[in-house]
Amino acid sequence: MDDLNTVIGLQKSLRNGQVSSKEITQDYLKRIRSRDKQINSFINLNHEVSIGQAEIADKMIAKGKATALTGIPIAHKDIFCTKHLPTTCGSKMLENFIAPYDATVISKLENAGAVLLGKTNMDEFAMGSSNETSYFGPVHNPWNPSCVPGGSSGGSAAAVAANLAPCATGTDTGGSIRQPASFCGLTGLKPTYGTVSRYGMIAYASSLDQAGPICHNAEDAGILYSFMLGFDPKDSTSIASEKYFFALENNKNASKFENLTIGLPKIGFQTSELDTALSEIQRVLEGLGHKFVEIELPNIEASIPSYYVIASAEASTNLSRYDGVRFGYRCEAPKNLQDLYVRTRSEGFGEEVKRRILTGTYALSVGYFDQYYLKAQKVRRLIARDFQTAFADVDLILTPTTPSTAFELEALVDNPIEMYQQDIFTVPVNLAGLPAISIPCGFRNEMPIGAQFIADAFNEDLLISVSREFQKVTDFHNRIPSSSR
Amino acid sequence: MTGMKIDLNHISALSLLSLDPASYEKIEKDLSEILLLVDKMNTIDTQHVEPMTHPHDGFQRLRDDVVLEEVDLHETQKSAPKTDQGYYLVPKVIE
Repeated sequence: MDDLNTVIGLQKSLRNGQVSSKEITQDYLKRIRSRDKQINSFINLNHEVSIGQAEIADKMIAKGKATALTGIPIAHKDIFCTKHLPTTCGSKMLENFIAPYDATVISKLENAGAVLLGKTNMDEFAMGSSNETSYFGPVHNPWNPSCVPGGSSGGSAAAVAANLAPCATGTDTGGSIRQPASFCGLTGLKPTYGTVSRYGMIAYASSLDQAGPICHNAEDAGILYSFMLGFDPKDSTSIASEKYFFALENNKNASKFENLTIGLPKIGFQTSELDTALSEIQRVLEGLGHKFVEIELPNIEASIPSYYVIASAEASTNLSRYDGVRFGYRCEAPKNLQDLYVRTRSEGFGEEVKRRILTGTYALSVGYFDQYYLKAQKVRRLIARDFQTAFADVDLILTPTTPSTAFELEALVDNPIEMYQQDIFTVPVNLAGLPAISIPCGFRNEMPIGAQFIADAFNEDLLISVSREFQKVTDFHNRIPSSSR
Repeated sequence: MTGMKIDLNHISALSLLSLDPASYEKIEKDLSEILLLVDKMNTIDTQHVEPMTHPHDGFQRLRDDVVLEEVDLHETQKSAPKTDQGYYLVPKVIE
């Protein structure tokens, strides 16, 4: 890995004056122009805005007012509202939507001097595990263009893996940061629910959605996360979490990160074809003084059912705002108001979005509410309790991130049930509101394999620390696809 | 409850979605399969378990009702399909 493709590497070059932010930004825009036709990772770019922000960053650096992110270009998932660029959420419904305000994540990173490089492709309204439900076409995996990059933050992951961006933002409702990070050989952090503001982040399932970084390595992910987190009065579920995370930065609590006990849930190894890579991560971490124990998560099998009821129910409610009146798509020549609503929604939404709205509406409808929605919420509590019980004895939990490496494009599009099963290792974390990270830990048929560490709430520092330790002695995170060199 | 017939016309009407007749059967089949998958959670005993609505139980903070950020009406309506003098236009509701 060329240092000039990581946040840390770029930061050093910017600080010693080797290169300016404007030059870096121009270089990335040039790469996108020449190589993104094959990958389709970006939906919208605005050169003028990007270069303008880079020039401001260069002035900040010259004045000695740089932060760790000043001058670094960042690709943003097209789910974050931006004043200067359209925000489509991968949907025809929002094809021409320009938000009148910036999401908190966007303004925080902009205030730190980061450069908005462009908006990345994604599954429509973040509903998908393969980035094939996007209205703007599928994204291709830079490791093998006939494979999917994962989803829903597939554009963000593919852009970073292809070296079209040094880092990116993503969102994770049921695995949408970790699964694409795993499929593309990257490090993706899904933080504790409530630590990163959801203001200006288009809602899919509000009790599960959480934003986080997708980067080449854990050190970069820690830096990006440290600028994304923080209390926001505009998000009613926001939590002040800075005090937890910055313990790592100040290194005041170093013993916290040593001799960890890591739990291996039985399910992780029984259902995965990737256990050789996981045995390797176990061997490396044991060599560093950590120990592994088997743990039970008895209700974990019910995660997918519980998740699809809760996520679909919340989606059917959240997506009722798309009515063709205040913003977004409107059908041609509506006969009356009812016709306007129905045709706008039927023409504006794609197949998977409709499927989830219908599922959610069914689960919330009279006569089925208790049987589905309430039941799913009770199961959710049992799953969260399973984790609490486990964390009484272990510091972290290790699982595969995904049941397999990246699958072929179109392999699962007609089979929603099988597609949903892709999230088996990631959704329990969202249900419980916990933080988790996916890091590359091996290759199978030249496709990256991801390992997932799960921590108790607010222990992102543990996740970053153990991942950094692993990445100091291994080089999986430094490998890049041949097409990206 | 498994194998239950879904009244797809009723659900699509509630969702304000009209379904393409050609794909009606496929959607019905997909939804039935999704419900079969979901029914697997019914094997779990949840007696005496309180529903969990939110990762941080029962906490939904309210802020003071003061304006934090003003957004210009014109800017807000730029993305609206049809407006007139600050109003959103829709087809006539009362004939």
